[in-house]
Amino acid sequence: MAFSNQRTLGFIVNPVAGLGGRVGLKGSDGPIIQQRARELGAVPEVFDRAAEALRVLKTSAGDLDKLVTCPGEMGEITAVGCGFSPLIIGDICQGMTTAENTKEAAQEMLALGVDLILFAGGDGTARDICEAVGDSVPTIGIPAGVKIHSAVFGINPASAGKLAAQYLSDEIQTLRNAEVMDIDEAAYRQGIISPGLFGYLRIPYHRRLVQTRKSPNPVSEKATLNAIALDIIDHMDESYYIIGPGTTTRPILTNLGLNKTLIGVDVICKRKIAIADANETSLLELLENHLAKVVVTPIGGQGFIFGRGNQQISPKVLGKIGLDNIIVISTPEKILSLGGRPLLVDTGDFEIDQALSRHIKIVTGYGERIVYPVSGG
Amino acid sequence: MTQDIMKFRYTDGKPNLRRFHQARWDEPIIFELSQQGQRGVLLPEAESEIKEIVGDILSTIPETMRRKQLPALPEMSQAQVLRHYLRLSQENLGADLNVDIGQGTCTMKYNPKVNEQLARLPGIAEIHPLQDEDTVQGILEIMYQFEQMLKEISGMARFSFQSQAGSQAIYTCTAIMRAYHQVNGEADQRDEVITTIFSHPSNAACAKVAGYKVITLYPDEDGYPDFNALKEAVSERTAGLMITNPEDTGIYNPNITKFVKVVHDVGGLCFYDQANANGILGITRARDAGFDMCHFNLHKTFATPHGCGGPGGGAAGVSEELAKFLPVPVVGWDGKKYFLDHNRPDSIGKIRSFYGVAPVILKAYAWVMSLGADGLREVAEIAVLNNNYLLKKMLEIPGVSAPYAEGKPRKEQVRYSWQALYEETGVSSEDIGLRAADFGLHYWTSHHPFVVPEPNTLEPTESYTKAEIDEYVAVLRQIADEARTNPEFVKTAPHNSTVHRIVNHDPLDKPEQWAVTWRAYRRKLKQHEA
Repeated sequence: MAFSNQRTLGFIVNPVAGLGGRVGLKGSDGPIIQQRARELGAVPEVFDRAAEALRVLKTSAGDLDKLVTCPGEMGEITAVGCGFSPLIIGDICQGMTTAENTKEAAQEMLALGVDLILFAGGDGTARDICEAVGDSVPTIGIPAGVKIHSAVFGINPASAGKLAAQYLSDEIQTLRNAEVMDIDEAAYRQGIISPGLFGYLRIPYHRRLVQTRKSPNPVSEKATLNAIALDIIDHMDESYYIIGPGTTTRPILTNLGLNKTLIGVDVICKRKIAIADANETSLLELLENHLAKVVVTPIGGQGFIFGRGNQQISPKVLGKIGLDNIIVISTPEKILSLGGRPLLVDTGDFEIDQALSRHIKIVTGYGERIVYPVSGG
Repeated sequence: MTQDIMKFRYTDGKPNLRRFHQARWDEPIIFELSQQGQRGVLLPEAESEIKEIVGDILSTIPETMRRKQLPALPEMSQAQVLRHYLRLSQENLGADLNVDIGQGTCTMKYNPKVNEQLARLPGIAEIHPLQDEDTVQGILEIMYQFEQMLKEISGMARFSFQSQAGSQAIYTCTAIMRAYHQVNGEADQRDEVITTIFSHPSNAACAKVAGYKVITLYPDEDGYPDFNALKEAVSERTAGLMITNPEDTGIYNPNITKFVKVVHDVGGLCFYDQANANGILGITRARDAGFDMCHFNLHKTFATPHGCGGPGGGAAGVSEELAKFLPVPVVGWDGKKYFLDHNRPDSIGKIRSFYGVAPVILKAYAWVMSLGADGLREVAEIAVLNNNYLLKKMLEIPGVSAPYAEGKPRKEQVRYSWQALYEETGVSSEDIGLRAADFGLHYWTSHHPFVVPEPNTLEPTESYTKAEIDEYVAVLRQIADEARTNPEFVKTAPHNSTVHRIVNHDPLDKPEQWAVTWRAYRRKLKQHEA
């Protein structure tokens, strides 16, 4: 295996990733928690994990001169330790790095035109990278954080390194959007898990190296998503359709030639956009005078259909729409990723949650339904 | 000096793992071997008198049906062709060669060779379906008699053997379901078919082909199809239930009669997929559980060869009420002779030409006759016993589990999960399957999508001995050990087999980069080079 000409890798290590995990702090966001973790005797494991990925990358792919990384603990030490001669960018304050350092590094790498960013961290790091560069450059996560809910990480550090090597050598060319999830760590420490969909990164796809939504391949996933969208479109009536966030709902709009707000709620009527990126107020205004249906999809891996990532569709909104006008769509793989656990609702309204807690029909393809339980907790 | 052979074959009283290495011939595609002008048979020039009488034989073929160019066939001698295919056959693992319990749901049992001999007798091998009925009374009698046997086995009123495969028989029943609702004037209203995620995937597929919407039920907490989900799914739109029992997991749904009742109560029909009948043969009957239709795969349960061993045979059975819809013709007996009954105005028509694969029906008939009613029940009992022995041995391997209905016995097969081993070592079920080839064994995961994570479906049937089942388990145990001590070795398997690993799946999703025929390969290559 050899790298194609002119391929450049960006490499970022979040030196505090995973710090809170072993000492039971459920995350490592923010300097106070990081300090507390160190006091509790936390030893960062991120460097070993990042190095493992780089070693596999080097073994699989031979020498790589074009490696761009950050100074010191944010990449330089690991890269040099693995025998690379990296180009160093930016400045950091050793031992005091912050999310801003990650964001700045990713932006600079994008400006330098790197072909891939390989980063070591957890959901928080993925979120920083997503905020900085979105899906404009392919990325791969080396799993090293406490929270790994996002679908952008390799199964383990070696898989991440191998995937990077295969992408840089053109052995893998397929890219797919993968969810960046993050939970509210402060709430998590109180025992409340509230994972949200933060955005999407673009990752090279190998079905064995990335922990994804258990879909056989991106081609069949795309076909399934289109089939679901066409089922919805073909059965649309004259009412308004409130379309929830996500890559599953997106093809409903794209098949109609419309743009979807990926992490927002759009309203369409008669195949045209009625409200783009709607909020609760605009939805309630609409529902004053109009009938509507709502189309939502569960969050992969967790199964929330209401109350996470689509809070615009509030209990008030649902009350006006009527529970019979809720359409849930999903690929079968996403349902399977729940491992038999029910779909979840947490609208904030006990009665609505209870009313939604029953078996529902989920649209899983054209003319295909799965009957599946919903639980209000 | 004489030595005890047992010393080399056994360690501590247990047989050593088989040392296997498959032939690897690197054999070219037959078209590459072609050399212009080579021939397998050189025919003598016809004598001039014959030529005169026959004249220009090609002119008897209508102009529009004549080829413009000669067919692009490989040109080779007989010996070359023989060597080519023998080499390919050595790179294969036939059902008669390996302990074929790794292809669960396929019911890879022994196909008695005496039945193959029977099917090659001139009386069956040389007859033609267009012959007059009077000249084929023998095979018509066998079809008629075999139908009586399947009626007894299933409790159904009539059978059709027209289908050449299991899924065709399932489709036959789906078409009958549609015809039944049409006659009742409800065909437009009833547009939904209900199935379960662990039913034979052909249930959903055939319903879809017949134009139905498909509603799938998932297992409940106990691992059985979710009865509450069924109650939510049924309505006046329900055309029917198409369900497999035991399911692909080997779990038997004890509430099956309740399922049938709920569907009947809303006016739907119930079809029992009996592709997996090997564990219930002679024990339970579809009609007794209230089903309206069922099917059997003769090439599974009834011991005729599977897949590439020859054409299959599907048997579609229905209740008295639905018999009028069966494909045309069916075999009848008028008190004097057997006949093909074409006078069936309510029939769904033909599923395929003629009335079934005669040699397959003969082999299945011979198999049942050789066993008798008690023998059929014994087949099921041994198959279930073998499977539960295998289950116990498999669960002793660290890293294996049998999800759903845990702790309960299974019928004729089990869908295992290697998820624990995968999480520990990174070695997947697919890797294990490729390594199993190094021991001369087949291994199958499951249909996609993988509902059971890192799945592996095993079905030992009644054909294998305890020693053979032990050998299969010992190989999987060895591979699980290797996954822990040398995972890379398993992940790069096979090492002793012809099967190669597809490292990069990307091109499989790009039709312009692959071809299944030589002609398509040439065309795509030309397009690529252009």
